[in-house]
Amino acid sequence: MASHDSESHLGHQFEDIRQQIEAYTVGMWVFLVTEVMFFGGLFAAYIVYRSQYLETFFEAHELLDKRWGAVNTVLLLTSSLTMALGVRSAMLGRWRHQIRWLLATILLALGFMVVKYIEYSSKWEHHLVPGANFQYPGAGNAGEAQLFFSLYFAMTGLHGLHVLIGIIVMSVLVYLTYRNRAKVQDYIPTELTGLYWHFVDIVWIFLFPLLYLVGK
Amino acid sequence: MNDDHKIIPAHVYWKVYGLLLILTVVTVAVAYVHLGIWNVIVPMSIAMAKAMLVVLFFMGLKYSPRLTQIWAVAGVFFLLIMFGLTMGDYVRRVIVGGW
Repeated sequence: MASHDSESHLGHQFEDIRQQIEAYTVGMWVFLVTEVMFFGGLFAAYIVYRSQYLETFFEAHELLDKRWGAVNTVLLLTSSLTMALGVRSAMLGRWRHQIRWLLATILLALGFMVVKYIEYSSKWEHHLVPGANFQYPGAGNAGEAQLFFSLYFAMTGLHGLHVLIGIIVMSVLVYLTYRNRAKVQDYIPTELTGLYWHFVDIVWIFLFPLLYLVGK
Repeated sequence: MNDDHKIIPAHVYWKVYGLLLILTVVTVAVAYVHLGIWNVIVPMSIAMAKAMLVVLFFMGLKYSPRLTQIWAVAGVFFLLIMFGLTMGDYVRRVIVGGW
């Protein structure tokens, strides 16, 4: 039914299809490197303040639910698996399988956002959102605790935004693939989306232990 | 069609996934034991191992062109510079007052 031949989509500025594929792939990786530095800035802030205020950070992190954090980790790891299998299906020209794997990835990502919503609304109810309503119940310094939660919301919030963007991009990809649109008839758009999605997973792989499993 | 691109077998993806889940269980388990400085080193090392698995296999970096691999390494390199120089500054500061 659909032609998945990438030969017909060679841009005139490229020598051959191999060069075009490499250019697209390198371009995506360059973007991901900028994203690494983007999140890296927040990680650096976290490292600095955790080293300064370990006692309060340890006490404050107890107010996070490790179980939800673990559930979110499993959801994202599984979504990376389904995404990888979706990219593989795209490479093999199996567009029906590709759509199914992509839909599975979207579903798992939505599950992640639901858990995020549960966690965030719980934080709001317990006055743990930095701002006028912040009330710290622990024994530690309230300023340091508010710093912990500022970092928590900034880092998980930015990550959640990336998950949301991923969901939108994947949904568009599913739609275009289903309608057999020319621009997605080779596997490259799916592969690049996959690279983005795995990056989002990797950020969470580090966020989870740093925020939820602060050791002493 | 996809002559230049190595297609990784599905069973490899499933095995990597299994490893990732096992490593997650270990990370959570370690959090419940008091190991002092190891409570930082162990989960971070495991996180790096998980990230490596995702990068090498799910993102296919193991079979990617050299230029792509160089960019990935460069990203980590610059991240480490940022962490290293930032912490190098802060560990030498004397806090007066604080919160």
